[in-house]
Amino acid sequence: MKGSYDKAFENVVRLRVMSILMVNDQVDFNTLKDLLEVTDGNLASHLKNLEKQEYIQVEKSFVGRKPMTKYEATGEGKTAFQAHLDFLENLIKENKT
Amino acid sequence: MRKPEQELADIKSMMERSTRFLSLSGLSGVMAGIYALIGSGMAWYWIEGSQSLGASPISNHFDLLNRLLILGSVVLILAIGTAFIFSRKKSQKNAHKLWTSASKRFMSALFIPVIAGGLFSFGLIHEGYFSMIPAATLIFYGLGLINASHFTINELKNLGLIELIIGLVAAFHPEIGLYCWAAGFGMAHIIYGAMMYYKYDR
Repeated sequence: MKGSYDKAFENVVRLRVMSILMVNDQVDFNTLKDLLEVTDGNLASHLKNLEKQEYIQVEKSFVGRKPMTKYEATGEGKTAFQAHLDFLENLIKENKT
Repeated sequence: MRKPEQELADIKSMMERSTRFLSLSGLSGVMAGIYALIGSGMAWYWIEGSQSLGASPISNHFDLLNRLLILGSVVLILAIGTAFIFSRKKSQKNAHKLWTSASKRFMSALFIPVIAGGLFSFGLIHEGYFSMIPAATLIFYGLGLINASHFTINELKNLGLIELIIGLVAAFHPEIGLYCWAAGFGMAHIIYGAMMYYKYDR
């Protein structure tokens, strides 16, 4: 079977974070929080998890005095997500036949 | 595990939401429509006045043209300025940023056809096809909106189609060009802006 089910994307917050990072080059923490409508702590722990698996990379900087954290999907993360998508699509196809 | 269809739908909606410019303010549409109606009213008054006075037609013609061009520019600048201020307010209220990759994509999708249309209209003026100006501005603006609707709320596409249709009517009936202009830039903006305001902004 093509594609593979990735445990990292089992959680809906991580799945959504990765969806956003697939179509945007760089996204900051607050934008992610607004889009996902989750709490700071919840989002931070899921981001940490994705970062640990090296699916995303973090870039910290300052805008004026405010810290700004930006996230970006790594090549590895994009490949893993694509494989996960393929898996889901194949699952749907197989169920139909 | 959720159903795979559900997962894919979720992924798709997240991709869409993160790439669309959602701070567009409905009220700014209403304001743009009001400016356009006032502008059309002034233009109508000047054109009617110039026709009934029967003064030297050539000098009068150029004077009128200049005034109409300035009027058009003022309406355009007021409308864009208001849209900018209101959208900035809305993005601040929602703690979103105004300059995101989504809003930049939206801007270039809208303004490339609109600027091309503006330059094309100057070409029409230069060549003396004044009667085609309402049609040209409405058609290019409509195309710009349809193009930009991919990067913002979907309803913008319908407004674009309405502008396009009114523009095509104006192309075949240039004698009612000013009324088409008032309907497209004035009424359509007010109605759509109000609908967007009630749907998204309250």
